Amino acid sequence: MIVTHYNYWIAMVLMMIGLYVVMSHANLVKKLIGLNVFQVAVFLLYISLGKIENGTAPILDAAFTTYSHPLPHVLILTAIVVGVATTAVGLALAVRIHEAYGTISEDEALQRDQQERDAA
Amino acid sequence: MIAHLPVLQVVMPLLAAPLCVLVRRPTAAWAVFLAAATLCFGCALALWAQVQAGGTLRYAIGNWPAPFGIEYVVDAANVPLLVLVSLLGLATALFARRSVQDEIEPARSYLYYACLCLYLSGLLGIAITGDAFNVFVFLEISSLSAYALIALGRRRQALLAAFRYLVMGTVGGTFLLIGIGLMYALTGTLNMADLAERIPALYGNRALSAALGFIAVGLAIKAAVFPLHAWQPDAYSEAPSAASLLLAGAGAKVAIYAFLRYAFGVFGAELVSERLPLAQIALLAGIAAMLIGSAVACFQTDLKRLLAWSSIGQVGYIVTGLGLATRQGLAAAYLHLVNHGLIKAGLFAAAGIVLLRLGSVRLDALAGLAQRMPWTFAAILIGGLSLIGVPLSAGFVSKWALAQALVAGQHWWMLAAMLASSLLALVYVGRVVEVMWFRTPPAAAPAELTSVGMPLTAWALVLLTLALGIDGSGLARLADAAAATLLGAGR
Repeated sequence: MIVTHYNYWIAMVLMMIGLYVVMSHANLVKKLIGLNVFQVAVFLLYISLGKIENGTAPILDAAFTTYSHPLPHVLILTAIVVGVATTAVGLALAVRIHEAYGTISEDEALQRDQQERDAA
Repeated sequence: MIAHLPVLQVVMPLLAAPLCVLVRRPTAAWAVFLAAATLCFGCALALWAQVQAGGTLRYAIGNWPAPFGIEYVVDAANVPLLVLVSLLGLATALFARRSVQDEIEPARSYLYYACLCLYLSGLLGIAITGDAFNVFVFLEISSLSAYALIALGRRRQALLAAFRYLVMGTVGGTFLLIGIGLMYALTGTLNMADLAERIPALYGNRALSAALGFIAVGLAIKAAVFPLHAWQPDAYSEAPSAASLLLAGAGAKVAIYAFLRYAFGVFGAELVSERLPLAQIALLAGIAAMLIGSAVACFQTDLKRLLAWSSIGQVGYIVTGLGLATRQGLAAAYLHLVNHGLIKAGLFAAAGIVLLRLGSVRLDALAGLAQRMPWTFAAILIGGLSLIGVPLSAGFVSKWALAQALVAGQHWWMLAAMLASSLLALVYVGRVVEVMWFRTPPAAAPAELTSVGMPLTAWALVLLTLALGIDGSGLARLADAAAATLLGAGR
């Protein structure tokens, strides 16, 4: 089970590492890195679904009869684009937060808001 | 042309977004958004007429036949939602003109309109598609544009709110992706109708149960279902007025619809309520949401935050209805989904007018609003009564339907919880009304209201909820047809 389905185990372990990084760090850039690890784990899950033993790239040729399944790969191409866009928006927000608060730590930013409220 | 309406519904706002960016001038970008929203609304009405006349419409994108290509499906279950979302899109467009001048820098306002177009397109896409993976794509289109919309808020807190939503939203979206992947691995298809045929044979499979779990959690994050609501109060209250109208009115509702579609249209009620305890979990989450959301709303000191917490409570009613997993329960959930969308959009529109004229939505700044801005106060009062569920309001119609469904299932303690939540709604609405009606207003007069679109939007939405409250039978029939379609699809 563990040996034959090791691709699922790797995907799940990576997923949990990613989620843990997202939850445990206050640093916004580290959170985004965790988010990326988490997403990439799911990409791996999909890509390994399409792999067939001894299958080759899905380009029709008389010399081959077994091909890997291209559809999961195409789906993940879309998801990768989404992931890139999310990272870009997230980093842009982190830059803006740094401009507005002078920090990229979520905890410190919240503290500064609290101090502002207390002062008012 | 008529045959292509299902795809035009999504493509029109999608194409309007780059057009907004190209024209750049704020007025021209607004005109593009308004035109796209108007066309969308017309398109949704035309689709509605077609569904009423001829049943389900199926549209194969690029002429690739289903189940191989992506299919758009318009049926009784999603046509009311298409009309609701595009109506709220039009309302946002009418509302946005003046509020954007006030809240967004002119140099950036075309980007704001472009994001609104994309957001509208994403929501309509989720509602119309019949392809499981396509839902993920549109969900991310709507989410990414929502992050940008929230980040354009006037205070720096908006940036943090957007970032937190981005983190939560991406985790939710990725969970949905895992669920879809597992479903695909099991069945080899992504077409929802095709999936619905193949899945009953797999009942009992653990990967299938995991798929349902991932999809449920992912969409619950997007719909801000308690206890996954942490991002929502900040996001709704920090977003610019026009964006919060659309976010609060349509955003969460579309995610709930997507869940209804997956749970009942794809996985089937048997798996959701009998083989797995998902429906029971939904009931618990719904009850907790209506009590805790409404209770926390009572302690808010900011009108928009109060409305946001009230949304968490009101989403609880919808989730409770779908947790019953009966036709009556689903119909009540659907009814409240539409009614609450209109009520909350109207209230956020009124809050936008308050923000424009007073420069603040803090409750202590609203003292004596009834004397200073009687019309806006009246709109807030009618919307508030609807949140409580006073007879002759839209909120009453859907809560009554939910109460009947609970009685039919003999869930007495849930009925008690629902009544308690309505009492809590009375408290938080009462607090707002007390501040606005009884406290002495400050001497300074509010700024002149130099807009036609904003009060027009707020009143159109409020009057619509009143009309639905006085005669809710038409909408109740639509909701019942939607529930029947969801439960019967593919079976």
